[in-house]
Amino acid sequence: MTTAPTAGQDRVRAQRRGWLGAQPIGSLFTLPYLVFVLTIFAYPLGFAVYIAFHDYFFTAPGVEVPKPFVGFDNFAAVLTDERVLESFRNTAVFLVINVPLTVVLSMVLATALDSGVRWASAYRIAFYVPYLTASVSLVGVWMLLFSSGGLINSVLGPLAPSPSWLINSTLAMPTIALYVTWKQLGFYILLYLAALQNVPRELHESAMTDGANGWQRFRAVTIPGVRAATTLVLILAIITGANLFTEPYLLTAGGGPDGASSTPVLLIYQQGIQQQNPDTAAAIGMLLVIVVGLLSLTANRLTRES
Amino acid sequence: MRRTRLTWLRYVVLTVAALVFAFPFYFMLIGAFQENPTNTPDSIFPTSGWTTGNFAAIDSRIDLVGSLLNSLVFTAGVLLGTVVFGLLAGYAIARLNFRGRGVTWVLMLLVQMVPFQLLMIPLYVQITRGYGLGDTYLGMILPFAINTTAVFIFSQFFRALPKEMFEAARIDGAGELRLLVSIAVPLVRPALVTVLLVTFIGPWNEFLWPFLITKDATMQPLAVSLANYISNVAQSTANPNGAILAGATALAFPVVVLFCLFQRYFTASDLGAAVKG
Repeated sequence: MTTAPTAGQDRVRAQRRGWLGAQPIGSLFTLPYLVFVLTIFAYPLGFAVYIAFHDYFFTAPGVEVPKPFVGFDNFAAVLTDERVLESFRNTAVFLVINVPLTVVLSMVLATALDSGVRWASAYRIAFYVPYLTASVSLVGVWMLLFSSGGLINSVLGPLAPSPSWLINSTLAMPTIALYVTWKQLGFYILLYLAALQNVPRELHESAMTDGANGWQRFRAVTIPGVRAATTLVLILAIITGANLFTEPYLLTAGGGPDGASSTPVLLIYQQGIQQQNPDTAAAIGMLLVIVVGLLSLTANRLTRES
Repeated sequence: MRRTRLTWLRYVVLTVAALVFAFPFYFMLIGAFQENPTNTPDSIFPTSGWTTGNFAAIDSRIDLVGSLLNSLVFTAGVLLGTVVFGLLAGYAIARLNFRGRGVTWVLMLLVQMVPFQLLMIPLYVQITRGYGLGDTYLGMILPFAINTTAVFIFSQFFRALPKEMFEAARIDGAGELRLLVSIAVPLVRPALVTVLLVTFIGPWNEFLWPFLITKDATMQPLAVSLANYISNVAQSTANPNGAILAGATALAFPVVVLFCLFQRYFTASDLGAAVKG
């Protein structure tokens, strides 16, 4: 914001100095990044769209085989594939459990952690560490904790579900949702802590003089005060949830039992790379991006100030 | 009276949550050194049965040291690319006026909106078949070579520095590269640590991409070889649970140590400012 007038002045100066700008060396500085973006993002993005609309398949190197344009055929094939529809339903189950839990828990824990708690850094370490640790490590731990003869079941005793959590078609996806909530929560707590610093102290103080109790202050001051952060948390949680791969691949052995915890990205891998059908895999990817975009827009709309 | 009850409630909530968060780590660390990791609550604090055999067991299956080295090369490559090219780009976008600056800025925002999963198949085709970089470090590093979020954060930090400083240095005849290296970078050093930490955990923890492009076990980073061990070979080990936990500990340990060391840099305000843009 403070740079706006500078940019204006700079622009006038730049026009005087010519077409390349006041410091043309800037183009050289950004060149590696631009090359990177063009080869690693722009080109594959265009390629993804191309693959999705063609009958694309892998060939031996050097062999040229026609890959005809097929319009929306790949999308039609994907949308009538029961496994694909199931993976999107599974994602819906995941989001319904994960997103509200994430928003409520991270907001409550950040509020509890805000404003002078003793041992704050110890609590923070505990909350952030799962977020920073590799999912592969933590999935290994959860697998053992939630296995049939694992610690969780031996604590529950007769209440343990049968079949056990990860091999139970009703419980597999909710268990993954719990795992991801636990894994990612630290990052969202961090976002809420940043947002809470911008909630004016005076609002809390004046609410207290008005006789508001803790819960009323939380509802009337904290929640509206961190609305922008809530939008961000909602969108990021939706994106994370829609892009699950490692968890169903390892925790439930490839989206099991029998597809009950498969996800769109897992199918992209299975169809595109294992079964060598990159065209339908690319179509699943585009559908996924569209669905995530729509959900994010809705989340943004819902949390916008009225 | 109400205030003290509220304070109590706050500590109870935080402590219960912290225990839930920390317990799997405790379980992982203890289990990694146990002959037979516990599955019952009464032996949660073991007093005997300690062993380092689990590390030997997993090392004999997945070459622990080799995998850790692969993870290190992958991560170092990404850090190097992000620091060298990311700082250059971030500085140019924030402080230099040149043709194409606006376009670069817009591209940077667009890149952050493209999910990696959409690019996964075309990138796989492009890098393994087009460039022939399957089973190479370069192929692993390329898609992450310059972390766009880091470029974005760098540019935000450089933008916040006073413009007079740059003008004075330019009048004194300092070149832009000199300005960046000896004036701008030292001023944002604390923030740099945060960004490097965040950039570090990306490739270190990454599973999907190196999993796709490394078929050769000697090239696999630890996240990939551990995942293969968990899903394929665990059954044929005498104490698979202990070995899994030992591998998980080896993968988690470096990040946890780095984080505890640099914990004070990892603050809400630094990242918050960056995330809010």
